[in-house]
Amino acid sequence: MSNIFTSSIGKKFWMALVGLFLCVFLVLHMSINLLMLLPDRSYFDTGVYIMSTAPVKVMEIVLFGSIALHMLLGLLLQIQNWLARPVRYAKKHSSETSFFSKYMIWTGGIVFIFFCLHFMDFLFYKYGWFGFEPASIGIQDVVKLDPVTRAMEVDTPANHNFYDIARYVFSSKSYCLVYAGFMVLLSFHLIHAFQSAFQSIGWNHPAYTPIVKWVGYIYSVVIPAGFAIIPLYFFFGGK
Amino acid sequence: MKPCRWFDPDRGHIRNDQSSIIHKQIITMEKKGLNLTLKIWRQENAQTKGEFKTYRIGNISPDCSFLEMLDQLNEQLVDKIEKPVCFDHDCREGICGMCSLFINGRPHGNDTGITTCQLHMRRFKDGDTIWIEPWRSAAFPVIKDLVVDRSAFDRIIRAGGYVSVNTGGVPDGNAIPVKKKNADLAMDAAACIGCGACVAACKNASAMLFVSAKVSQFALLPQGKLEAKERVSKMVARMDELGFGNCTNTGACEAECPKEIKITNIARMNRQYYISQFA
Repeated sequence: MSNIFTSSIGKKFWMALVGLFLCVFLVLHMSINLLMLLPDRSYFDTGVYIMSTAPVKVMEIVLFGSIALHMLLGLLLQIQNWLARPVRYAKKHSSETSFFSKYMIWTGGIVFIFFCLHFMDFLFYKYGWFGFEPASIGIQDVVKLDPVTRAMEVDTPANHNFYDIARYVFSSKSYCLVYAGFMVLLSFHLIHAFQSAFQSIGWNHPAYTPIVKWVGYIYSVVIPAGFAIIPLYFFFGGK
Repeated sequence: MKPCRWFDPDRGHIRNDQSSIIHKQIITMEKKGLNLTLKIWRQENAQTKGEFKTYRIGNISPDCSFLEMLDQLNEQLVDKIEKPVCFDHDCREGICGMCSLFINGRPHGNDTGITTCQLHMRRFKDGDTIWIEPWRSAAFPVIKDLVVDRSAFDRIIRAGGYVSVNTGGVPDGNAIPVKKKNADLAMDAAACIGCGACVAACKNASAMLFVSAKVSQFALLPQGKLEAKERVSKMVARMDELGFGNCTNTGACEAECPKEIKITNIARMNRQYYISQFA
């Protein structure tokens, strides 16, 4: 039983399970984000309120743990993979493989950098943890805020809501583009990750695996696109 | 270009090629000899550092196999009182799994479903430069030149890749019913010749395809089910000990396997492993 935590297949198992949990979370997160686009703000506020309830707060801890575990296992497996081939081939591999599967550690690493920025901008700032300010403050073309709103936002983090923070950080056009760029890389990561997770948990069936692959492709485009709509909405002048 | 269909005399059946270039090559090249530049990994032994050496070889028949081309090179080297290039080979008909060369970035060269000994020189063009390397993996140390020690596979098999129960005499063929589907899948898995191309092709040097084939060939049959849990657990543990990498489901192993073993076996092994751990 202990091998399920230490063996190569065991580590892949947990990584896949955690990955699929994160995939479910992304759907939830994106759905609430998209409520921002509705003319009536109360829908979004209700969504955010639900996210601040006690059970969801507990899930938030599980979420942070999952991200950390996914990243840790990914790094551990990758280090073992590098050690497994100490001498590289002189002639580059030309075997027929999925393009995205070759760069999972790198796309994963970039997505992690995005998570750090994202937490700093939204979560840490919202809670006033560690004195973080939005990373986008460092970007020169940021501050084009409504003077009244800005005063409220910057001075009293406790009064912030995610909508105002989003409007604030996405007031930087370059940050919007960077955010959208990160979403493209998230998409690259998910294209392989989704179907790979099913293979890792032992789900491979001649009839259902092609469906899983197609669902994965659709998911990998729809979810990042759904997230990218928000900065683009503000980028093109949304209020 | 449209795919072309052509009769492959070496394999005895019609083949579909992705490109018609090869077909044209076969027609136009006929019996003209090839002049090639070979970049071959030379390494005295496991302790010394190796390097690539360049050799030029001419008038190679397009009909000869890759190993025969190396034989000709070795004859030239011996004539010049130089050390011949060491490489593994045995049956030379794609059965034994001994030949193991990484040719121009692919295990067993630029073709699918073949071993190195089944690779023919007609797959190359006159004037080509061919890079020949040994399998690269921490678990497959180089012994000399292009020969690697693949006894790690034997050690995995010794960990549990067998049926240890005393089966007695040969039973009647129909005494133990086996589903046709399972019999076919087990037979497909048992086609693995343990050449190590899966490890060589995998960017992580993972041996999952090999181990999964050996687990599957038993797990699918009633005789193998008795020890299924113990087998998969021990074989995976030994695979991890030997320093192979982890599977990231890239599918390179499946693409390069000379016996076209499918990665569905890896999913089956994963299921077997979870059953062994949780049930």
